[in-house]
Amino acid sequence: MANPALPAPSTFAIQVKKFGPFIIPPIICTGAVLLIWQVLCMSPESKMPAPLKVVSQTTELILNPFVEGGIGLQLFTSLQRVALGYTLAAVVGVVIGLAIGVNSFLRNGFDPMIQVLRTIPPLAWLPIALAIFQDGQPAALFLIFITAIWPIVINTAVGVQQIPKDYDNVAKVLQLSGREYLFSILIPSTVPYIFTGLRIGIGLAWLAIVAAEMLASGAGGIGFYIWDAYNAGNDNGMSQIILAVLCVGIVGLCLDRLVSYLGSLIVSES
Amino acid sequence: MQTLPTSNVTLQPTQREPFLVIDQASKVYPTPNGPYTVLDNIDLTVFESEFVCLIGHSGCGKSTLLDMVSGFRKPTSGEVRLQGKMISRPGPDRMVVFQNYALLPWKTAFENIYLGVNAVYPEKSKKEKTEIVRSHLALVGLEEAANKRPGQLSGGMKQRVSIARALSIRPQVLILDEPFGALDAITKEELQEELLKIWSEYKITVLMITHDIDEALFLADRIVMMTNGPAAKIGEVMEVPFPRPRDRAQLMEDPRYYTLRNHALDFLFGGAVSDH
Repeated sequence: MANPALPAPSTFAIQVKKFGPFIIPPIICTGAVLLIWQVLCMSPESKMPAPLKVVSQTTELILNPFVEGGIGLQLFTSLQRVALGYTLAAVVGVVIGLAIGVNSFLRNGFDPMIQVLRTIPPLAWLPIALAIFQDGQPAALFLIFITAIWPIVINTAVGVQQIPKDYDNVAKVLQLSGREYLFSILIPSTVPYIFTGLRIGIGLAWLAIVAAEMLASGAGGIGFYIWDAYNAGNDNGMSQIILAVLCVGIVGLCLDRLVSYLGSLIVSES
Repeated sequence: MQTLPTSNVTLQPTQREPFLVIDQASKVYPTPNGPYTVLDNIDLTVFESEFVCLIGHSGCGKSTLLDMVSGFRKPTSGEVRLQGKMISRPGPDRMVVFQNYALLPWKTAFENIYLGVNAVYPEKSKKEKTEIVRSHLALVGLEEAANKRPGQLSGGMKQRVSIARALSIRPQVLILDEPFGALDAITKEELQEELLKIWSEYKITVLMITHDIDEALFLADRIVMMTNGPAAKIGEVMEVPFPRPRDRAQLMEDPRYYTLRNHALDFLFGGAVSDH
């Protein structure tokens, strides 16, 4: 035992010791960056507003995110769009991934195509999507779909190939039906890989949505909001853009954490 | 289940019809340096309800031989027949107890066994299938652990589930690949005794790989000793004459036990020494 004469450390001290290394450095470093930004952009001629100016110019927007055209509603529109395109990509991606994982003919056949398609940046798809759909709304959905699907396909297929041989042997010796094999062995043992793909996919989908909405006119959403603020060229335009960009980053982080949390729930369950 | 009238006496194999026949089976793999023979002309006849242990050094092809019986591999030449029918693919009539248990980690003990029962008896009602699973969990003393997943079970319990899964589908041949190799000595002895008890009740034909001569002498009717690979052959087949039911302590006192044990050790290690 420690020297009994020493006073027991207070709970606050324990908390500081425990979480200090994770809280104090980020506060200091973020503060330093904001300070440098503030100093660099202090001059009234600066094109880039300093942090304090951003806050003062956007207080209204931050306090009323859900008024007509408000930043909260725009984010909501974008999230809805991502939810739709991404769900589609997840379903189709998992099915294709399982199929090419199981069948070596399909795998070898589609691999070169997938390797090429997956490196195409989202914006390169946009003209094609707009030409096909003739409308910003479905074009943006297509963009999310085509951007998010590749990591899902690839990781699912890898997961299928990583199924322990023992499980396949059990399936063979029991002569499991295709359906039983799918639900009892194939999908459960692939789930961790599927979630890796889904997590990469959601990040890419969110990257694509902002780009899509900026260019697909009239589609609405946070990307549209940023582009609109830029084009309007108002005095507080830059501050609006900075606020919106920050929101995009925070939402993206939340999406990533959400998918990874869902994955951890399901994986630990099995 | 049919039982032979003389179930307590070791039958002379010659009195019975061959049940499982490994007929001139060889396994050769092509390699860049020419063909590599793993097994060379294996001939072995196993009779119904017989307990046969395979023993030999690592890499001598014991697992390959069992894989040809279970159907995971095909012999390059020769064939393996069960009741006169050639074995060409894995099937539940030759159920395997895998070395690493091969339980599905996302299923409970109950569900792991149910998977097999459901696959083999699709025509039975859910109630009947559940009853089969319950009774086999009881057989290996694991009723309490029915709803636990493999991750929550010890090695010995996992192997019990694996044995229950194998027995629940009433295979004609039970194939065990070093089933107790990873277990501690006490659990191992317990499971050997349980396996023997189940075997004598079910009168099932058992083929088992082991590294452990004492284990083989305690369990088997015959011990098949294989020569070192490559091109492993059956070196010798040793009859184990001890009456059943066997008792470990009594067995140890039998003077024949040490004669057989030394003979087997000589075969395995004598050969190995002259090899190097």
